[in-house]
Amino acid sequence: MGWNRHITLSLVALFATASPSLSNEIGDADKGAAVFKECSSCHSVGQGAKNRVGPHLNGIFGRRAAGLDGFRYSNGLTRMGKDGLVWDFDLLDRYVENPKAFASDTRMAYKGLKDAGQRADLLAYLRRYSDDPGNIPEAAPTMAGTDHSVDAAILAIQGDPEYGEYLSSECTSCHQLSGDNDGIPGIIGWPAEDFVVAMHAYKDKFRPHPVMQMMAGRLSNEEIAALAAYFEVAGP
Amino acid sequence: MKLNRRLFMGGVAAGAAAATLATPAAHASNQGKPKVVVIGGGAGGATAARYVAKDSKGEIDVTLIEPTRSYYTCFFSNLYIGGFRELNSIAHSYGTLASEYGVNVVHDWAVGIDRAARTVTLAGGATLSYDRLILSPGIDFVEGAVDGWDVSHQNAMPHAYKAGSQSELLKAQIEAMPEGGTFAMVAPPNPFRCPPGPYERISMVAHVLKAKNPTAKIIVADPKDKFSKMALFQEGWGLHYDGMIDWIGPDFGGGDVSVNPDAMTLTIDGEETKVDVCNVIPAMKAGRICEIAGITDGNWAPVNPHTMQSRMDENIHVLGDASQQGDMPKSGFAANSQAKVAAMAVRSALTGSKLFPAKFTNTCWSLIDSDDGVKVGASYEATDEKIAKVDGFISQTGEDAELRKTTYEESIGWYAGITSDMFG
Repeated sequence: MGWNRHITLSLVALFATASPSLSNEIGDADKGAAVFKECSSCHSVGQGAKNRVGPHLNGIFGRRAAGLDGFRYSNGLTRMGKDGLVWDFDLLDRYVENPKAFASDTRMAYKGLKDAGQRADLLAYLRRYSDDPGNIPEAAPTMAGTDHSVDAAILAIQGDPEYGEYLSSECTSCHQLSGDNDGIPGIIGWPAEDFVVAMHAYKDKFRPHPVMQMMAGRLSNEEIAALAAYFEVAGP
Repeated sequence: MKLNRRLFMGGVAAGAAAATLATPAAHASNQGKPKVVVIGGGAGGATAARYVAKDSKGEIDVTLIEPTRSYYTCFFSNLYIGGFRELNSIAHSYGTLASEYGVNVVHDWAVGIDRAARTVTLAGGATLSYDRLILSPGIDFVEGAVDGWDVSHQNAMPHAYKAGSQSELLKAQIEAMPEGGTFAMVAPPNPFRCPPGPYERISMVAHVLKAKNPTAKIIVADPKDKFSKMALFQEGWGLHYDGMIDWIGPDFGGGDVSVNPDAMTLTIDGEETKVDVCNVIPAMKAGRICEIAGITDGNWAPVNPHTMQSRMDENIHVLGDASQQGDMPKSGFAANSQAKVAAMAVRSALTGSKLFPAKFTNTCWSLIDSDDGVKVGASYEATDEKIAKVDGFISQTGEDAELRKTTYEESIGWYAGITSDMFG
């Protein structure tokens, strides 16, 4: 297992732009086994692994998000699974880096692993328990990761709720102010920070969904803050 | 942001009394509220009435003129034809606009507009004055567009392009087709309301016939060589309804069509066919009230993209299908989006509220068969010349069934969302 490439997310983006063919190296699986100890209070992997607080991770590479029968996933991951999200290196890397940014309502109560090298080691370790370890599924170029962590200065922007209310009329063509969750998720009453992180994750194409990527893609930082300020206090 | 219930019994009389006021500023000095009249209670008009009333918090009197008491949305009316929705599930009334938002809802036809006096005359004889008029009348059909057909033939050959009784009629005719019979559609030329609509309808008709009358045939005579979501529909038709649908484009005479409603025949490129149902969707133009107001150029009413104001009268805003605005399709979603921009501009002009830059969005979902939904959408901005497309997306051919099912479920959520955004 001489895989030994430590990559950062921004490198993934660069590679994906330049050429879709990435090397098959991930990281050091033996080191990853040590990193996994942090996960093992909730997740099991390997022979006899079963669902515990979190789903078992055998075969996680190539599995559809929220893809295990009998495990109760968050609505967010369930929706992503229905939208066609299949876990590959790039997506797992983003999810592990910042679970809440990837799926606001994820039940994974884990703050995220910031060290790209450690994530690569961890994923190399998990890769041992998925099919065909030599053939690592790569992300499609359109799913290329960008550094999604939202800058503190952006999070600190005080949004103008009046502007947010005007902008929100674009949202309410689909998202109901009643908070109804059928078919399209309700977004009223979201904590502003979660809202900002989620919208930037779409804007950066970190979260997959074509409509939301388009909607968020044309919003400025101030506009996202304004919407967050409005929706935080909007009620049915 | 709900207004207290207010009584508008005197609204019409008060409006008439204010007819001589020249400018909005004059209202302030006369303690009168500025008046907005909205003609047409569909996706554009209902949204505009609701947003002006809601966001002005009682500072503007809003009157909505709509002839029907129950409004049937054109969007999702194909799903009714396909048996996926009940007709009453696409019917909406104006009770909430009146009770929750204080909109004065008048069920009547607008028959005249005096732009100099800023008044609207109703068929019932009343005259309403306005400071700003919002026209959202939808579409009418171009006379003589399909040889042999005019609106007097709409019972024999329904258009079903204004939802309600026409949708019921078309559905009943499809269900009464003889075994192995023929359903024909005459598709319209561009531009027209709901670009994927005729093709979603074909899908829904095929869905019904496949179950009830599987040897029946469908003919589509089309003057266009390509149409909205064409690859997606054609893939779906092959997948679900193989061999049932014969789409005849202009290369094969699809643009050279005449009908005979008495004999129930359709002639394409000189070749006459006996048909059992003939859905004629003629070429379209802005609702007639736009012509009456004298704000059309050709078939449509050109607008300023920043505010949706008529290019010919800054006191009139035109929304939705009737407007000629640039890149947006004529859709309920687009009308709803444009209505919010117009509502903001109207409030700003009449009460001095903040004017933010115009933004527009559209997404159109279509159903091809059970749980097989597709979508296309885009975002737009206002330039001085037109509403210009910024970015867009479309469903892809070959998507898996799970994604198509999610897309359909999304459309159901959207329907609930947009109709509550329109009607409260």
